[in-house]
Amino acid sequence: MDWGSILSNTASWLISPETIAYALAALGLAVHFGYGGLLNFGMAAFMALGAYGYAISILTFGLPWWAGIIVGCLASVVFALILGIPTLRLRADYLAITTIAAAEIVRLLFTTQVFDKVTNSADGLGNYHAGFRAANPFPEGTYGFGPWTYNENGWWVRVFGICLLAVAVLLVWLLMRSPWGRVLKGIREDEDAVRALGKNVFAYKMQALMVGGVFGALGGVVFALPSAVVPSVYVTSLTFFIWTILLLGGAATVFGPLLGAVIFWVIMGFLSNVLPELASSGVLPFMSTTQAATLRYILVGLALMLIVIFRPQGILGNKKELTFVK
Amino acid sequence: MSSSNAAPLRPVKSTGLHIGDAAPGVAKVDPIIIADNVTRQFGGLKAVDVEHLEIPRNAITALIGPNGAGKTTLFNLLTGFDKPDTGTWVFDGAQLNGVPAFKVARMGQVRTFQLTKALGLLTVLENMKLGSQKQKGEGIFASLIKPLWNKQEEEIEERALDILARFKLDTKKDDFAASLSGGQRKLLEMARALMSQPKLVMLDEPMAGVNPALTQSLLEHILDLKTQGMSVLFVEHDMQMVRHIADWVVVMAEGRVVAEGPPEDVMQNPAVIDAYLGSHQDVDLGVVTGRVAGEITPEVEELLEEIDAETGVDHAIDQPTAAAPEKDEDIK
Repeated sequence: MDWGSILSNTASWLISPETIAYALAALGLAVHFGYGGLLNFGMAAFMALGAYGYAISILTFGLPWWAGIIVGCLASVVFALILGIPTLRLRADYLAITTIAAAEIVRLLFTTQVFDKVTNSADGLGNYHAGFRAANPFPEGTYGFGPWTYNENGWWVRVFGICLLAVAVLLVWLLMRSPWGRVLKGIREDEDAVRALGKNVFAYKMQALMVGGVFGALGGVVFALPSAVVPSVYVTSLTFFIWTILLLGGAATVFGPLLGAVIFWVIMGFLSNVLPELASSGVLPFMSTTQAATLRYILVGLALMLIVIFRPQGILGNKKELTFVK
Repeated sequence: MSSSNAAPLRPVKSTGLHIGDAAPGVAKVDPIIIADNVTRQFGGLKAVDVEHLEIPRNAITALIGPNGAGKTTLFNLLTGFDKPDTGTWVFDGAQLNGVPAFKVARMGQVRTFQLTKALGLLTVLENMKLGSQKQKGEGIFASLIKPLWNKQEEEIEERALDILARFKLDTKKDDFAASLSGGQRKLLEMARALMSQPKLVMLDEPMAGVNPALTQSLLEHILDLKTQGMSVLFVEHDMQMVRHIADWVVVMAEGRVVAEGPPEDVMQNPAVIDAYLGSHQDVDLGVVTGRVAGEITPEVEELLEEIDAETGVDHAIDQPTAAAPEKDEDIK
């Protein structure tokens, strides 16, 4: 086995656009679930709206790239409104059911032939990079060292994504130390108690849904920036990867989603390299290399279960503050 | 023996609250709530059917009645947590029916819950701060800029610590509320309600599940609310407590107001005795249950015997054990 290339491939996931995108979406979910108690199982839809909002604004409407990002965020705010008005009055578990359905509706709307001219249905969208790349401050060339060697476009996507993530982390930290965050944490536990103290619970839940949704959309944008918008990405399993990241890092923490995303992708990267190697060298019998590569998804599911059972507060969380068993 | 115990419980009663005879729906001199024709139906059951009810201002009103009388439902309706089928009510001059719960609270009518809703995963101090109204930092945009709300936050904290000190919870301010005892949570819920500077405090069974040591302190806090110019409406089952602190008693049974009046008069009312109190209305239930030390009168013994006969258990007060030697002396 070539451990050198395995480790190098693994290390490159540390600052990959996927890692940054998932961290942003997980941060949005932290606002929804970790602080607001909203069981949102539709994060994939918010990400899809961000990615499609960005690509469609550029390709169909000829907007500049930064306006495309704003359109993606606005689309997720509108989606939060449409989703929230009828469902936020429901109990948490019903919200979970409706969000999972709404996310599927969004994905199917992007996949259907009806809007083929705009969405390119199942083939997805690409070739919208010109504007973003023209704004690249890095001169042409290849930079970095070891596993982190990219060309100017690779660096521009990563630096831009990390800046977005930094701003998002700062915003969540500012929100959650404030009285606004205090009300939200109160709602997480008992809305009636907060309502009895004169707070408009519905408005707070809606605001939290929007804020988290915008972070999800930004995650979708960063996901789409380097490559293409592929509809088959925004499926329910994406939502559950985000959940795994959130719970791994710590649901009610500011840095947990970031840490969770890094650990998740580094391990995924490691397994995707090491498992096929193990299969081909005969350590994993009864398995082809392709099958071995899919084994990692089984391990992710297993990890999610183990976290929820044995460490519900995540790596960074406070056990007293967040547990599933009371 | 009993006199020394009851002394701190002898509050100044407000009298002359009503106009005319004390009958159900009697008009008050200065009502804070006037409710008319409030009904709420659950399936075939009319849980609340109140024709007319006035709650006096700056007085302690007790709402009593057997289980299922509709007390808590009426509470939920008056505070906007449930919607009535019919009815209108006015709070402090403002029409309140159809107003959502959070707006009701903002208008100065704050409630507590039968099952205590202290927010266990927030600290005691955070719980208190949450109760304060009109916080600038609770707006999503203002919350991002600390200088906008920092000064107000300090004032709120000062006020919260002040109230916590009165409720003897100040040493616990940084603990998660979940670590408090049941009685302390009741105290915290009440203290938190005071943070909103209410005009009317509505307490749903404030004494339920509170140990005797804290009961005394809770009672004093309720009396204190009146001294500070607030009105109180509370639901309670312990008749002795009601007798001690209430200025006015409203009795409900099967959704209707069956009687109201000053506590001493109401407890003599045959309809009330019939509906709620049973034949032992003179007996201090606190003494029977051992919560309050007091004279074991013949009536108490009679009731205890009755209970023993029903449950088949010998009662501790009849045959004092080594665990309760002081009580033994009390009786002699």
